[in-house]
Amino acid sequence: MLTVTHYTVLSAILFSIGALAVLIRRNPLIMFMGIELMLNAVNLAFVAFARYLNNMDGQVFVFIVLTVAAAEVAVGLALVVAIFRARENVDVDEIDALKG
Amino acid sequence: MSQMLWLIPALPLVGAIINGAIGKRLPRAMSAWLAVLMVTASFGVSVLAVLNLVALPEDARVIHETLYQWVGVGSFSANVAFWLDPLSAVMILVVTGVGALIHIYSVGYMAHEEDYARFFAAMNLFAFAMLTLVLADNYLLMYLGWEGVGVCSYLLIGFWFNRDSVAVGTDEKFLSPRSSATKAFVVNRIGDFGFMLGVILMFWTFGSLAFEDVFQGAETMFQVGAPVITIMTLLLFMGATGKSAQVPLYIWLPDAMAGPTPVSALIHAATMVTAGVYMVARSHVLYELAPTTLAVVAVIGTLTAFIAATIALVQNDLKRVLAFSTVSQLGYMFFALGVSAFSAGIFHLMTHAFFKALLFLAAGAVMHAMNEMIDMRRLGGLRKYMPITFATFLVGALALSGFPLFSGFFSKDEILAKGFAHGEVGLWAVSVVTALMTAFYTFRAVILTFGGKPRWKEGEIVTAQDEDEHSGHGARGLHPHEAPPVMWVPLAVLAVLAAFGGFIGLPHVLGTNYFDQFLEPVFQQPHVEISETLEWTLIAISTAAALVGMFIAFRFYRGSSTAPARLTSYYPWLYNLWVNKYWVDQFYDFAVARPGRWLANAFWVDVDGRIINGIADGLGRTFKNVGQSLRSLHAGYMRGYALAMLIGIVVVIAIVVMRP
Amino acid sequence: MTDYGAFMEALVFYLFAILGVLAALGVVIARSPVRSALSLALVFLALAAMYVLLNAPFLAVAQIMIYAGAVLILFLFVIMVLNPRLDLIGGRTAAQTVAAVIFAAAFGVLMSVTFAAGQLAPATGVFTPEYVSEAGHVQVIGALLFSEFLLPFEIASLLLLIAIVGAMVLARRERVRHGDPRQDLR
Repeated sequence: MLTVTHYTVLSAILFSIGALAVLIRRNPLIMFMGIELMLNAVNLAFVAFARYLNNMDGQVFVFIVLTVAAAEVAVGLALVVAIFRARENVDVDEIDALKG
Repeated sequence: MSQMLWLIPALPLVGAIINGAIGKRLPRAMSAWLAVLMVTASFGVSVLAVLNLVALPEDARVIHETLYQWVGVGSFSANVAFWLDPLSAVMILVVTGVGALIHIYSVGYMAHEEDYARFFAAMNLFAFAMLTLVLADNYLLMYLGWEGVGVCSYLLIGFWFNRDSVAVGTDEKFLSPRSSATKAFVVNRIGDFGFMLGVILMFWTFGSLAFEDVFQGAETMFQVGAPVITIMTLLLFMGATGKSAQVPLYIWLPDAMAGPTPVSALIHAATMVTAGVYMVARSHVLYELAPTTLAVVAVIGTLTAFIAATIALVQNDLKRVLAFSTVSQLGYMFFALGVSAFSAGIFHLMTHAFFKALLFLAAGAVMHAMNEMIDMRRLGGLRKYMPITFATFLVGALALSGFPLFSGFFSKDEILAKGFAHGEVGLWAVSVVTALMTAFYTFRAVILTFGGKPRWKEGEIVTAQDEDEHSGHGARGLHPHEAPPVMWVPLAVLAVLAAFGGFIGLPHVLGTNYFDQFLEPVFQQPHVEISETLEWTLIAISTAAALVGMFIAFRFYRGSSTAPARLTSYYPWLYNLWVNKYWVDQFYDFAVARPGRWLANAFWVDVDGRIINGIADGLGRTFKNVGQSLRSLHAGYMRGYALAMLIGIVVVIAIVVMRP
Repeated sequence: MTDYGAFMEALVFYLFAILGVLAALGVVIARSPVRSALSLALVFLALAAMYVLLNAPFLAVAQIMIYAGAVLILFLFVIMVLNPRLDLIGGRTAAQTVAAVIFAAAFGVLMSVTFAAGQLAPATGVFTPEYVSEAGHVQVIGALLFSEFLLPFEIASLLLLIAIVGAMVLARRERVRHGDPRQDLR
C-alpha cells in the first residue's frame, strides 16, 4: 500500500536535485530547468497531500503554481536572451555587476 | 486710564525692525529721521505717561500695565508688564529725552557713514531694551532688557568691525573695535552671571519675580541682616558692577570708546551704564535689609570713583578721560546708594546723563572737526574755531567739576552731604579728594583741547593707524569748523539742562528738593536732619575742592608750565601706575584670560579633538573596516548567494527537526 | 483483486519514481542543454504518471500540455536561438560544487526524514476519490477555481499578462536609445 510518505520523499529528492542544478550549473538555461524541477517537486507534494487528505485545495494550488512557473520561464528566458545579446555569453558567474 | 506704557518701548522697537530689515533700501535721510522720530515719539508718550502719573495722589503713584503672560510654568509666572512709578518715570524721561537728542546729533555725526541704517537700527534697539529694563515690573523682564542693552552695546562698540583701529593721529595703542566689543561683552557676562544667580535665588526664596511680591515678601519674611537677602543683594550688585563698570569689572568701559561717539554718549555715559544704579535703587527694599551689602556698595563705589579719577588724570585721549570720568561718577552714584541716599544717587544719575552726554557729544564735535583726531596733545586753541562747541563743553565741564549752581554741583553735593550725615567720614573724605581730581582732569581736558595755542597746523594731514580702510578722513587736511546745526542744537539743549537741571534738587538750606519729594513715594525714607551750619560747611568744602582742582589745572596747563613734566619725573612710579591703569588689564589677562584661553584650548584640542572626535572617528573606522572585510562576501556571485540561502534553510530545518 | 491492484500501483509508482529521479539527475549532469531539456521532459512525464496515480487525471493532462508542451518548447527554442557553449558545468571554485552537493543531499535527507517521521492528519476532506470520480475531476477543480479561489485565479491571470509584457520588453532589441534613427528601418 502506497502512503503519502512515498510521494513526499520522492518530492524531497526531486527538489534537492533541482536545487543542485541551480547551484552547480553555470548555464542559466539549466538553472531555470532546476527551478522548474523544484516547482514540480512542490506540485507533487501538493497533489499527494490533496489526495490523502481528501482536500482539493492542493490541486488548485498546483494550477496557480503552473501559472507562476509559466510566467517565470517567459520572463527568465527573455532575460537570458537580453543578456546573451548584450554580452555574447551566458555564464552566470560572469554576470557580477552587483558585486560589492 | 488709557493703556499706553507699552508704546514707550514698542516705538523704538518698530524703528529698529524697519531699519534693520529694509533700512538699506530706504533713502539715507529717511532711515535716520525714522529712528529719530521713533525715539522722539517715545519721549512724547513718556511725558504724557508721567503727567498722568503726577496727576495721581501721592501715595498711589503707580501705573501698572500688564500686556500678556510671558512665562507660565507651574506656580511661576512672569508677565510682560510695565510699572511706572516716580523712579521709572525719571529713567524713561532721561532715556528717551537724552536718547532723542543723541539720535538727532547722530544724524549729523554719522552723515559720512556708509552703514547708516545698521547704526540707527542698533540705536533704536538699544532704546527699546533700555526702556524695557526700566519699565519692567519683574526681574525677569528686567533681565531681558539688561541682556538686550548688553547686546546693543556689543553691536555698537563693534560698529566699525572692519577697522583695526579707530585711533587717529596718535601713537597710543588701543584695542580694535572688534576686540573692544568682545571684551565689553565678556566682562559684562561675568557680572550678568551674578545677576542671574541673584534672580534665581530670589525666585527660590520668594517664588515670584514680580517687584510687588518680592518687596512685600522681603519686608514680611526677613529681618534686617538676613543672610539670604545679603547673598541675594551681593549677587545682584555683582551684575551692577559689570553693567555699571565698577571695580573690579570696570575695565571694559574705557575700551568701549572704540564705538562711534554718539554711542559713547548714549550707552556708555548716559543710560546703559546707569542700569546698575537703577537696579540697585529699584531693589532698595532688599538692600536696606542687608547693611553688609550696602557697606560693600559704598566702599566699591568710593574705590571706583577714586581709582578711575586717578587714571583719568594722566590720559591723553579726550574720550578716554571722559570714559574714566564716567566710571568715577558712577562710583559716586554707588556711594550714594551705599549710604541709603537712593534719591541722591538717582539725582546724580540724571544730572550726569545731561552733562556727560553733553561732554561726549561735544568731544564728538571736536573729532568731527579734527578728522577724528582726539589726542589732546595735538589739539589746542579750538575755542576760536568752534565757539558753540567750546561753550557747551565748558558748561558740561563746570557741571562735572561741581562748580556752584551747575547741575553736577547740587547732585554731587547732596551725595557728599548724605554720605557725611550717614557717618561714613572716611569714604566722604576720599570722595572729596576725588571731587578735587575730577575738577582737575576735567579742566585739564578743557584747556588742552580748547585753550592755548593750536598744536596742529592748518591743512595738516593726520593719518589713521589703518589708513587703507579708513573712509576718506585721513586724506584731507585739517580745517576745523563749527559743527552743523543738527549737531550743535542738541548740544545747546543739553547744555541748558546741564546748567540748570540741578535746580530741581536744591539742598535744604537753599530751598526745596523737588526731586527728593518726587521720589519720596518710591523710597519712603526718613528725612535725615543735618544742621544748617554743617550743611553750609559741607557745601563750602565741596565747592573748595572743585575750585582748587580747577585752579591747579589752570596753573598746570595755562601757558607753558613745566609743572606736569616735573611732577612726572619726581614720581615716575605713580605716573606709570596711573598711565598703565594700575596694570589691571594686564593682571586680568594673566590671571583670567590666559588660563581661560588655555582651558578652552585644552578642551578644543584634547577633549574635543582627541577624545570626542576620536570616539566618533573610531566608530566610523570600525564600521568601515568591518564593511571592508565583509565586502568580499558580496562578490556579485549569484550562485554563492543561492548556496548561502540553501545552507541557511538546511540549518534552520535541522534546528527545527533536531529539537525534541 | 485488491492485492493485484495494490501491486500494480506500487509497480507503476516505483517505475516512474526511478525514471523521474534518474531523468532529474540527467538534467543536472548532461553537458548539452538539449539533453538537459529532454531529460526534463522525462521528469515531467514521470510526474504526470504520479498525478494519475493520485487520482488527478486532469492535472496529469495539464502537466503534459503546459510543461512538456509549452515550457519545454520555449526552452528548446531559446537553446536553438542562442546556441550557448556546452561546457558550463561546475562552480567557480570546487568548494562551491562540493558544498552544493553536500547541502543539497543534506536537504533531501532532512526533508525525507521529516516526512517519514511525520504523522498525516486524519483525512477529513469531503473530496474522497469516489466523490471526485463521480462528480468529475475537471468539474470539481473548475468549481473551486471560480468560487473559493477566484481572487488568486484573477491575480494569476494578471501575473501572466505582466509576464507577457515584461518578456516582450526585455527581449526587444533596443536601438532608439542609441540615437541613429535609420537603424529602426533595417
